Order: sequence, then C-alpha cells, then structure tokens
Amino acid sequence: MTLMKRIIPSLRWLVPVVLVTGLVTSGAAVAAANAPTQGGSATLNGSGSTFQQPFNEQVIGAFKQKNPNVTINYSGGGSGKGRQDFSDQVVDFAGTDAPYPAADAANVKGGTFLYFPTVAGPITVSYNLSGVKKLQLSPETLAKIFQGDIKTWDDPAIKADNPGAKLPSTAITVVHRSDSSGTTQNFTGFLNAAAPGVWTLGSGSTVSWPADQQAGQGNPGVGQTIKSTDGGVGYVDFSDAKALKLKFASVKNKDGKFVAPSLKGTTAAVSKAQVNQDLTYNPLNAAGASAYPITSPTWILAYEKYSDSAKATALKKFLNYIYGNGQKLASSVDYAPLPTSLAGKAKAQVKLISGSSGSSSSSPPST
Amino acid sequence: MATEAPALPASLTKGRRPAGLIADRGFRVVALLAGLTVLVILALIAIYTTREAWPWFRTEGLGIFSDNWDPAHQQFGAGGLIYGTLLVAGVAVLFSLPISVGIALFVTDVAPERIRRPIVYTVDLLAAIPSVVYGLWALFVLAEPLSSLFQSLSDATASIPILKTLFANPSASGKSFMTAGIIVAIMITPIITSITREVFATVPQSQKEAALALGATRWEMIRGAVFPHSRSGMVAGTMIGLGRAMGETIAIALVIGSSPRITANIFGPGDTLASIIANQFGEASGEHRAALIGCGVVLFALTILISMAARAVVSRADRRSAGTG
Repeated sequence: MTLMKRIIPSLRWLVPVVLVTGLVTSGAAVAAANAPTQGGSATLNGSGSTFQQPFNEQVIGAFKQKNPNVTINYSGGGSGKGRQDFSDQVVDFAGTDAPYPAADAANVKGGTFLYFPTVAGPITVSYNLSGVKKLQLSPETLAKIFQGDIKTWDDPAIKADNPGAKLPSTAITVVHRSDSSGTTQNFTGFLNAAAPGVWTLGSGSTVSWPADQQAGQGNPGVGQTIKSTDGGVGYVDFSDAKALKLKFASVKNKDGKFVAPSLKGTTAAVSKAQVNQDLTYNPLNAAGASAYPITSPTWILAYEKYSDSAKATALKKFLNYIYGNGQKLASSVDYAPLPTSLAGKAKAQVKLISGSSGSSSSSPPST
Repeated sequence: MATEAPALPASLTKGRRPAGLIADRGFRVVALLAGLTVLVILALIAIYTTREAWPWFRTEGLGIFSDNWDPAHQQFGAGGLIYGTLLVAGVAVLFSLPISVGIALFVTDVAPERIRRPIVYTVDLLAAIPSVVYGLWALFVLAEPLSSLFQSLSDATASIPILKTLFANPSASGKSFMTAGIIVAIMITPIITSITREVFATVPQSQKEAALALGATRWEMIRGAVFPHSRSGMVAGTMIGLGRAMGETIAIALVIGSSPRITANIFGPGDTLASIIANQFGEASGEHRAALIGCGVVLFALTILISMAARAVVSRADRRSAGTG
C-alpha cells in the first residue's frame, strides 16, 4: 500500500505523455492514409472474400499492364474481415460473398456504399467412390447426407436419385470446412432453401456439423481429404475441385433437372435470379432448366464518395475493366461471367462513384 | 543522457551528491516505465477486447459457458472450447513434463561434458520452428499413423470400463484432442526443458556431493538434493509451458478437427478457444465476431486464473517444506 502511495503521485506526468504519443501516432496514420496521390497515380487497397481472390488477382494483373501507375492490392482474409475493414475504412474497397447483415450496414463509416457483382462460381458436390462415375443427388438427399442421416452409399434415398446405378455399400465420409467460409454459407444456404423440411443445421459461415464428420482447411483441404478417402463427399469450389480432378455430382435444380456444375449453368442461374435495387441477388436454387442450383455470388464493395479523387478515378477505371475485359478473363480462372443484363446494370452503377473535394472539408484537395 | 530529469527542487538535493541522485532518479524512471509498459499493454488489451466482446457477454450471460457453439443458429456457448483448451494443454503438459525434466537432468547431471552442448542446441532449435510448420507436419505426417494407433487402442480397450469411453469413437482422419495435445507437447518441450535446466544448474554442487558422500545413488541424490531445491522453478517452467500450450493457435487449428464439444472421447475431434478464433474470425460478423473476441477474453482470464492458482500451490508447498525442514 505504502509503495503504491509513493509511486502513484510520481506517475501523474505519465498521463499527458501517453495521451500525446497516442494522438501523434494516430494522427500520423490518418495523415498517411489521406495523403493525396500525385499525377494520376493511385494505390487502391482491398481485402475480403477469398472466393473471388484468384479472379481479382487475374484481373488486377491484366489491368496493371494497361494502367501501370495504378497499384491495386487485394489481401483476402475472408468476407467477414472484408466487410469489417470496409466498415472501419481500413480499405478502399472490399470483396464479399454475402451482403451486409441489416444490422451491420448502418455501421459502415464512409457514407453510402455500393455493391458491384463481379463474377459467380459454382460450388461442386465432389465425391470419391470407386466404381461410380456418375452420381445424381436431389437437395433432400444431399441434406440427409450432410447432416448424417444417411450413412452408406447404397441408401434407398441415393438409389432413388440414381435409378439403375450400381452403388457400393461403402460408408459415407462427409468432409466440411474447418475454417468458416462463404462457401459453407452458400452451400448451407442452398440446402436451407431447397430442402427446407429436411435440413436442420441452418445456414451460416459455420454450422454445427455432426462430430463424426471430417474437416478440412480451405477448399484445397476439403478436396484433398475427399480425394484420399473412398466414400468421401464434400462441397468444394469449382476451380479447386477441377485442379484436384475430383468427380462432381449432378444436383437437382428447381425445375427438377439434374445439372452438373459448369460455368454455363452458373451464368444461367444468375440470369434467373431476382436482382435487387442495390444489385444484391440470391442465385441459390434458381429456376431454369439449365441452371446449376448451388451458385455462389460475390461482390466488390465501394463507397460512393472518395475524398481522394485520384482513388475514385482509379477505382472507376478498374471496375469498368472488370465489366469489360474482366468478364472475358473470368472463365480462364474457372469463374462464370455475369449475364449481360446484370453486367450492364453494374457498369451503369460505376458512374455513381465520385471523388469529392467539396463534401468533406477536412481532406486536402487533390491535384 | 536524454532521460535525465530536469533540475530537482533544492529540498530534495540538499546534503546529497546531486549527480548520483539524478542518475538514480533517471534509472528509477526508466525501470518503472519498462515495468509499467507491460501493465499498460495488458490493460489496453483487456479493455479493448472486453469492449468488443461486450454484446456477447450481454446477450448470453452465463450462457457463454454452455457447450452449444452453433453460429448458424446464433448460439455461442464457449463451454466446449474451454474444455478443449484445458484438455489439450493438460495432455501436452502431461507428455512434455517428464520428457523435459528428463532431458534437463540428463544434461545437468548425467551426460558427459562434450555432448551437453549439442543436446542443448538441438532442444533449443525445436523452439525456433514456427508453429504452423509443426501443425502442417502433424497434419500430413503424424495424423495418419496416429489414427490407426487410435483405432487399435480403441478396439483393444473396448471392454475396459473407463478406457472404453475415453478411447471411444476415434477420428478417422486422426484429427483429435490427442493429436493436438501431442503436437503441442513437442512445442512446449524446449521451453520447459530450458527453464528446468537452468534451475537444476543452480543446485549447489556441495549439496549434491554431500548426498553422494552419504551413500546416495545418483537417483537418490536427484530426489533428495536436486528436486527439493528446484521445486518452484520447475513449477514456474511448467506454468510457462502451460500458458504457451493454452495459447497455441495455428498448429491446433490444423489438427483438432474443429468440432466444439465436451466429450470424454479424447481420440475424437474437438476445438479450443484459440483455434476457433483462427478458424472463424475471417468470416464472422455481428455477435459471432463479438463471441470470438470474447473467446480471447475468456482465454486471457483462464490463463491468469491458472497461473495464480499454480503460484498459490507452490508458495504453500514451499512454506510447508520450509517449516518442516
């Protein structure tokens, strides 16, 4: 006690020191972030969805060749991180596989923001079952498999989906993600929408899977586990499943047709989806005979106003590039381009972005 | 000196050598600052994380200790995670402690002089390997043989009462509490070894020689002279190892199987406070995010509690042995 009494008064000077250091460092950070970029060159930083990362990297690389003075960094980290970073104005744009939950949208600093759909991709139901080359699954059967109601491959429900096929009695090993993921969110969202009476685990970036299932890290981890397990089945994004040479099941769509995952089927699903005013849409379980029902959307988030007009100009150029050449590049990295109507709407929305030197008085006018 | 205090009031300096006093004051301030930095950082972490996690504490209340972690249904009970954290850390210390003490004794009291250095270097080298490398090694090399070992252990003990539940339902991929515990045991071995080794080295040579002169064997000498002298140091080393084990993240996230639950099946998948943060933070928002940050707060509190309990145990034991001896 006496020791504390002696120390505490001698500490009073510490308070201003700590406060001043704090202010100086945070002030410096703000100043650095707001520094205007010179002569048309700009750096755009983004983070978020890992699903769209390979596409973004491809487009950024091609864009950079045409616009060498614009640097774009996209660091991944997950949709949730992207939305959080965007809300906190840590990044200039973000990638997300799901729109903001209603409660979080109000907390976005930096004013009005826009959703830019960029591409879409199928989520495959990949499997490894020796002797079986073709597999068809209805949403109800899928739900039962993934929540552990069906334990073997010769279950009557699977047989009913595959008339005439020879199915072994191998045990089913379900493989899901060990990390939380937009892929899990869209896959469980599909089961929720397409098998509402059967699927009980709900939908989200992580659900409470039965404990006897296997978990893999990332799409490659899930794919790898399926590949090494006879009887394995799991959900894997298209490009990773293709790279691992996995077999895909055809999934029954809303029109009752069994459709194998493909980029055409994905674009078809997106074109049938109801697009909202803000360009968010839900392509899961879309109608249409050729639509592949488990389709993952993805968006880039951008503010309507940037205090640095060089940034705004660069971002507009980049987004326009995505809706031009970018759509052609999509299939080279296994993403489906948007249907032309949606791409047109998105391109029109790019015009809303502006660099304002007037609205926020604190920022220096950029040259 | 940049840290010199400005001129002191005359009343203080009167009758003393000013130069020495100023240097003394300066040193005191520097040392105090260094000491306080730790407290300030700890306090800032605690305040920030608690504030961010507040929505979770508020909505769940005591429900944070339930074992139902189900983000899809907005259920965030960390009971299974706390259990997993303690279990993995416990298993790790259980495996690591005898090995570490053994290595330390071997190096200080048994090994010939010329091979001591190489052994110490090798053990210290283990500490320099990044934890993600341990995790990947466990995932790709260790998990598969372990899963068949778990399966055969489980089959062999199927009729023995307690072991039957303990070893039931082994994970087919080898991702389990046990696998995580083993890999963490390897990771904390260098820490416990190096601390216990330092402590053993402080045992006075005269006491060891006295024990040997009384006719004690080497083991009796270690038990009678080395251990009593080093007890609190060994506990301290174990505590640091335990803290590291409880905070270990990536290696565990890779091999524990990500299935938060309370179960006696130590060969089955589970999850820990730290690993679930690594696995789920990237996609979390709203209460899910608050709950994950809250897991950090819970882990923080848990570590402090355990280290305080250990200290209490040691000081009581020391007092008792001092009283009787």
